[in-house]
Amino acid sequence: MTDGNVSVPSERDENSEPGGNSEPGGNSEPGGNGEHGGNGERGGNSERGGNLVEVRDLKVHFPISRGVIFDRVVGHVKAVDGVDLSIPRGKTYGLVGESGCGKSTLGRALLQLTPPTSGQVTFDGVELTTLPPNKMRSMRRRMQMIFQDPMSSLDPRQNVESILVEGLQAHGIGADRNARREIITKTLDAVGLPKWALSRYPHEFSGGQRQRIGIARALVLGPDLIVADEPVSALDVSIQAQVVNLLDELQAELGLTYLVIAHDLAVVRHISDTIGVMYLGALVEEAPGDRLYRAPLHPYTRALMSAVPVPDPEVEDRRERILLAGDLPSPANPPTGCRFHTRCPWAQPTRCADERPVLRQIGDSRVACHFAEPIASGELRPHKVTAQLTRPEDEGETPGVVSAPSEPGSFV
Amino acid sequence: MTITERARKKAEKLDRLGELSAARDEERGVSLWQEAFRRLRRNPAAIVGTVVLGLFVLVSIVGPMLVPYGPTDTIGIREGLVKSGQGIIPGSSADHWLGFDHQGRDEFSRLIVGARQTLLVGVVSTLIGLAIGALIGGVAGAAAGLGGRWGRWLDTGLMRIVDMLLALPSLLLAVSIAALLGASLTTVMIAVGVVSVPVFARLLRGSMIAQSNSDYVLAATSLGVRRSKIALSHVLPNSLAPVIVQATLTLATAIIEAAALSFLGLGNPDSAVPEWGVMLADAQPYLGIRPALAIYPAVAIIITALGFTLLGEAMREALDPKLRK
Repeated sequence: MTDGNVSVPSERDENSEPGGNSEPGGNSEPGGNGEHGGNGERGGNSERGGNLVEVRDLKVHFPISRGVIFDRVVGHVKAVDGVDLSIPRGKTYGLVGESGCGKSTLGRALLQLTPPTSGQVTFDGVELTTLPPNKMRSMRRRMQMIFQDPMSSLDPRQNVESILVEGLQAHGIGADRNARREIITKTLDAVGLPKWALSRYPHEFSGGQRQRIGIARALVLGPDLIVADEPVSALDVSIQAQVVNLLDELQAELGLTYLVIAHDLAVVRHISDTIGVMYLGALVEEAPGDRLYRAPLHPYTRALMSAVPVPDPEVEDRRERILLAGDLPSPANPPTGCRFHTRCPWAQPTRCADERPVLRQIGDSRVACHFAEPIASGELRPHKVTAQLTRPEDEGETPGVVSAPSEPGSFV
Repeated sequence: MTITERARKKAEKLDRLGELSAARDEERGVSLWQEAFRRLRRNPAAIVGTVVLGLFVLVSIVGPMLVPYGPTDTIGIREGLVKSGQGIIPGSSADHWLGFDHQGRDEFSRLIVGARQTLLVGVVSTLIGLAIGALIGGVAGAAAGLGGRWGRWLDTGLMRIVDMLLALPSLLLAVSIAALLGASLTTVMIAVGVVSVPVFARLLRGSMIAQSNSDYVLAATSLGVRRSKIALSHVLPNSLAPVIVQATLTLATAIIEAAALSFLGLGNPDSAVPEWGVMLADAQPYLGIRPALAIYPAVAIIITALGFTLLGEAMREALDPKLRK
């Protein structure tokens, strides 16, 4: 039943091209970067396969400066420290990790909102890190962002119409006011906001509606990629499902590619095709969604998964919980070798502390752990020195089993 | 069902809801400025301040046309009522409501005519300070917030200049400027204006840097909006509220400072134009004989400054985003 009512991007292209707008930024804009033309074809045709986004060894280091008169750089916060990932066209890549692990910075660096220190970001065959600012600005039309807090990401002095029209004006889309208004109205429809919202201001909406405005703002330019940074974590649980479903529906309808950053494992599982787990600025594991939840390979992922409550009380009582000892180490001074070895219950002497593991392909997962296989097979047991393995109290060695009376005559 | 239909149904349902609450539908959205104004109208302090200032402005515009005696008319000496040498300065009477000053001029008329001078000095000097300060602060704030490395250098340079101004005590600075340029009305305005430049510059810069780090600026960047447009249409309008409040409060200090300069003899040398600060200075030798001569202009200065302060504080409350419901 595609009556084309909400097929926003195709309508848009018809509007923008005959509008005689020579402003760069149309779909035909090649980005002009000859050395990365390896993909042969370019343009926003979302039916084509392959990877829309490729990130190679991306690093974002923030300098720490001291000094009263002259700033002196005394160190770097390695927010993102060597990340490789690729996002296939039309798919959703979920990025999880505890707060402070650099997942938001990665999302922003991918969009060049935070300049990366080194590494490459290739978007649809175009290398973004070396793109001149003006070319980058017109590329932004094809990659948009949804923010965590819809209130602070909307200018409180703009009404919805001017919020939505801003991007169109910046890229010269829509011949006149009426044409732009038409695009905006369609986008509002697509995110389920009423027309009278146009003259309203952000503070007059509820949290869920505001996030819809944020989504509409990202959608109105007809992007290929949307980076959603904690898109639902500021919303009520009842609203979260609505927004997640809206994102799902929009992807099905418009063929969008998502990078969803979240710390809510359930949300990420629901929406993602592939999930990457970040720890201290680097990916530790990457796997197809279900696989990651069924059989996590990296010790950190296992700990993360063991924190997800199970809706069955019996299973919940019986299952093993891995409680990590200590806090996330400082990204200004990360541990040597494997970043996780200071908290890892499976850490082995010398190798884990000396050699930084790279992502290796194991089955259909990629894992950055020297001992992933022996851990998975149970050959390597967790030790309790550096990390505690906690079980509910009042239970014996085997959790979930009521212990037999130890002395004759005692009651069970 | 495709999402096209579902979304449309959802939108229609919402539209119907909107129609049901027809009043809501017809009413346009309320912008932050409108909301602030609504809050302002409900605040008693704002009403008192506005009334005081309204009277003040009214008096300074029409007052000089209505006063019973000329402000330089030494009627008291002509009629032999005032002999300041012998310490005879009569007070209130039916003809002269506030009595005479030491030169036998009608005190009430001088007070009324002086209001215009005070308003002029206050408003013009605040505007001078606001214009220069906002220009420096706006450029520095935009450069520091959005301009990258070179922007930070520009910001540092501008702010060091402002810091130098800020390091001097404000009255000393005003006195030096007034002394340098020679006593005149323009000098007073410039001197008082320059004193408030660093305040406005620092305020606007800080506010703009804070706004530059907000999510909606990031959102605009990711939309592909030009940086200059972000600075002008997002950062600047959102940074103005504290500056407007400060301008209202500065009007009060400007009036006091202008009076202080006049008091020190650096004001308008044309003694034909009465000014509250000059009147205060003139009353000094006669404090023992007739202290009321000092009290009248002092009370006038205090009430006017209070009016501006009340309004300024009320505006601060109305514009404060934390107090938004």
